[in-house]
Amino acid sequence: MSLRAMNHRNPVATHQNLRLGFDIKRRRPLRKKHNGEIALAAPNGNDAFVEFERVQKSYDGETLVVKDLNLTMPKGEFLTMLGPSGSGKTTCLMMLAGFETATHGDIRLDGVSINNIPPHKRGIGMVFQNYALFPHMTIAENLSFPLEVRNIGKSDREEKVKRALDMVEMGDFGGRRPAQLSGGQQQRVALARALVFEPELVLMDEPLGALDKQLREKMQFEITDLAHRLGITVVYVTHDQTEALTMSDRVAVFNDGRIQQLDPPDVLYEEPKNSFVAQFIGENNTLEGTIKEVNGDIGLIQLDDGGLIDAKLINVSKPGERTRVSIRPERVEFNRDRLQEGVHTLKAEVLEFIYMGDIFRTRLRVAGNDEFIIKTRNAPDQVRLQPGQQIEIGWLPQDCRALDA
Amino acid sequence: MSDVTDATTGKRAPTPDDALRIADSKQGGPVLAADGTPLKRSLARALRVQKLRALALIAPLLIFVLLTFIMPIADMLFRSVENSIVSNTLPYTTEALADWEPDTGEAPGEEVFQALYYDMFLAAEAKEHTTLGSRLNYENSGISSLFRGSGRSVDDVGEDQIDMLEDQGEHWEDPAFWYAMMSGDGGATDEGILQQQRQRLANLTSDNFGGEIGFIPGAEIAGILPRTVRAYTAFALFTAIADEDVVAEEEPWEAVKVALIEDLRTTDLSGYSGPGAAELQEAQGALADAEPISYRTAFEGMDKDWADSDVWRTIKIYSPAYTTGYFLNAIDMQKGPDGPEARPENQQIYIMLFKRTLFMSLMITGSCILLGYPVAWILANLPARSANMLMILVLLPFWTSLLVRTSAWKVMLQQQGVINDTLVWLGLVADESRLVMINNQFGTIVAMTHILLPFMILPMYSVMQTINPTYLRAAKSLGATNWTAFWRVYFPQSVPGIGAGSILVFILAIGYYITPEIVGGTTGTFISNRIAYHISSSLNWGLAAALGSILLAVVLILYWAYDKIVGIDNVKLG
Repeated sequence: MSLRAMNHRNPVATHQNLRLGFDIKRRRPLRKKHNGEIALAAPNGNDAFVEFERVQKSYDGETLVVKDLNLTMPKGEFLTMLGPSGSGKTTCLMMLAGFETATHGDIRLDGVSINNIPPHKRGIGMVFQNYALFPHMTIAENLSFPLEVRNIGKSDREEKVKRALDMVEMGDFGGRRPAQLSGGQQQRVALARALVFEPELVLMDEPLGALDKQLREKMQFEITDLAHRLGITVVYVTHDQTEALTMSDRVAVFNDGRIQQLDPPDVLYEEPKNSFVAQFIGENNTLEGTIKEVNGDIGLIQLDDGGLIDAKLINVSKPGERTRVSIRPERVEFNRDRLQEGVHTLKAEVLEFIYMGDIFRTRLRVAGNDEFIIKTRNAPDQVRLQPGQQIEIGWLPQDCRALDA
Repeated sequence: MSDVTDATTGKRAPTPDDALRIADSKQGGPVLAADGTPLKRSLARALRVQKLRALALIAPLLIFVLLTFIMPIADMLFRSVENSIVSNTLPYTTEALADWEPDTGEAPGEEVFQALYYDMFLAAEAKEHTTLGSRLNYENSGISSLFRGSGRSVDDVGEDQIDMLEDQGEHWEDPAFWYAMMSGDGGATDEGILQQQRQRLANLTSDNFGGEIGFIPGAEIAGILPRTVRAYTAFALFTAIADEDVVAEEEPWEAVKVALIEDLRTTDLSGYSGPGAAELQEAQGALADAEPISYRTAFEGMDKDWADSDVWRTIKIYSPAYTTGYFLNAIDMQKGPDGPEARPENQQIYIMLFKRTLFMSLMITGSCILLGYPVAWILANLPARSANMLMILVLLPFWTSLLVRTSAWKVMLQQQGVINDTLVWLGLVADESRLVMINNQFGTIVAMTHILLPFMILPMYSVMQTINPTYLRAAKSLGATNWTAFWRVYFPQSVPGIGAGSILVFILAIGYYITPEIVGGTTGTFISNRIAYHISSSLNWGLAAALGSILLAVVLILYWAYDKIVGIDNVKLG
């Protein structure tokens, strides 16, 4: 969980100052709600805060955009829905927010089915892709809006607005209009607005999509930091895998209307459960072949050009089955001394060497695949491979995953 | 308070103001271009060609608008105060009237009538007296016929005295004799009188009276017989230029002879030896015993209204070249003895018409907003394909002639029309008490709302299209009900569209003419119908111009008020 640890660099000491009315330790939801909102108490007492149960969604009655979605989130989790466009992740978010209705299945918030609760009574904070700050209101009025519709008194309102603006470092901008702010500032205000009425669940629909890279990285940190300090539950939608990996407690990889894998970022990266996830998350080398022998969870794979390798069997098991093996570029070893005794190796030809500063990136031809990449750390004793060089490569069997073809 | 940003970067995020601040701090001495000229001048030179090209591109439209829009309107507006017709037609009379006090209730003295005689005589010759009569008739009805009648009989003034003069010899009816006498014997000439009379005739007829006429009054005779020379010069100019005759071959007008008779009563001929000296002395002797011409009696003989001080007051009030009379008239007032006063109750109409025009235009604008807003909303929120279909329906009225549409409303709304027939057939309305829905305000409002509706929908639609539906979602996610989300978030953003549509519809409605004319009857007509009446029927262009100016002022004031209240930058057409 190294990624997680990085995000928690910020000491816990700041918690005392930055509460926005939340009690971080409080695990029970708010019972007293304004504006006739449903009291979202958890009668079942289990840890599930957000639940999707067998949820399906179809727009045209012919094709399913979301197919049989099951998902359970505990309170305080930062969950990211990651997937290519059209994979159904935004539809899921919209169903949770209440802007789309599920065609089938049940969505529960703190144990209560919210299928028939209109969006404004769900009490879910939401940050939109284009921020959706009301252009005719000042920043302070934007933040005051959710409090006004909840009939909160003026002095209370001002207090909360001020706190929320200070929280996102925008305390001096209350009198401005959204158009007078830069993208990053609008993003902060949108965040503050989604948080100012103290929701326990906040949805974010690609909130950083419109920012440049540097600002995006900064905001990624700020958002996760804030979410963890406030103890709110966040469902975050993105198609940027780096964003998903760096920010989330767990990532749900969507494709074709289904969750392909739901795991913490490190598990997702290191142990993809199928070839879609392996391809989609991070860089990956693939080789195709057939299972020749099975030895426990390690299989001997015969590649299509005849080469033999060892691989961990993930979702294939029988000899003779077609498989696609996947190896991360940084797990490939070409120094014979460091390879385990007796492992199978493959012959490779160096095609290209790219110097990238902190790492070297080398493109090889392996078993007929011209796009085989290896990455090596730039260390003093590191070998710089030359194009045309013939080498032998290998890896630990558990780093090579045999997946569905 | 500890900050999120402090923890990561240790500095504040950049704001748009930063760039400005940096730019400000760089000032200090003019910035120079590479060749050492000040950058500003360099830039101006670089942009000049661009500016000229831009100007050349708009020049055709600018000239077109200037010639066909700005200038005619300026001319029209000028007519609302322009009033030189009185002083141009009756120059001597208005001058003589300066000393007359209208408050005495008595007609002015003999000298005014004498001036009136010369003015009227020339005006009658030029046939301009009726124009003035019609003009003054707007202010005091009856003056038109007074002028027309007097113009016919002004020749007869001083008949007896002229007969006496002509009895003195054939030469008083001889054009050549008159010409010789008035020209003098080749001595000094008086160009001044000629110029004066040229100007007088030019003012009177609006024609050009320049050019050679073959006559210049003699200076000596002008000193002895000033009225005669003046009258003869006018006669000479008119004869030579308007009638295109030779001056020396035409017998002078009666007015010249009357002027001579008048001059002979007072002048001293003893030192005069020029042409016709003997004849003049002879005539002076013969006429010495003659009764002086009484102009006042003569005019009162033509029409007893000339003794009425009201007529004279009207002439005096309207003798300045510029008048507020038209404007006073346009707001149901008139010039009275003690300055502006309200017109009699039964003549007041314009204020009421203005109020009605404003009221109905507001009603029409309001109905258009109420009917148009939901349509625009639907249009903006439908998928493009269906929206285009609906849009065609909205634009359909534009493809039909305005007259046809208005007439169709007549068919629909009249007492034997479609709606009444249907209501009677359904038994909702008794046959004898059919609804009156046309030729009144209701009919006008219905028909004009229908006609102007697209002008409301189009700007609203184009503004609503730019409102991202995410705003509504955002509002709902923040806890707003559907209505609150609409009212607090959507509606304020659509106000610019309403503003643009309202301004369009209101301004179109306030000057609308055809529809109120057809379906308005008497209670549903607008001020524009009255303006049209004055332009084409009563020909009181001054009043029409004044009404138009007031209408323009009202629109500008409303526009200004709108700008103050809503802000004109809040108006968007898309």
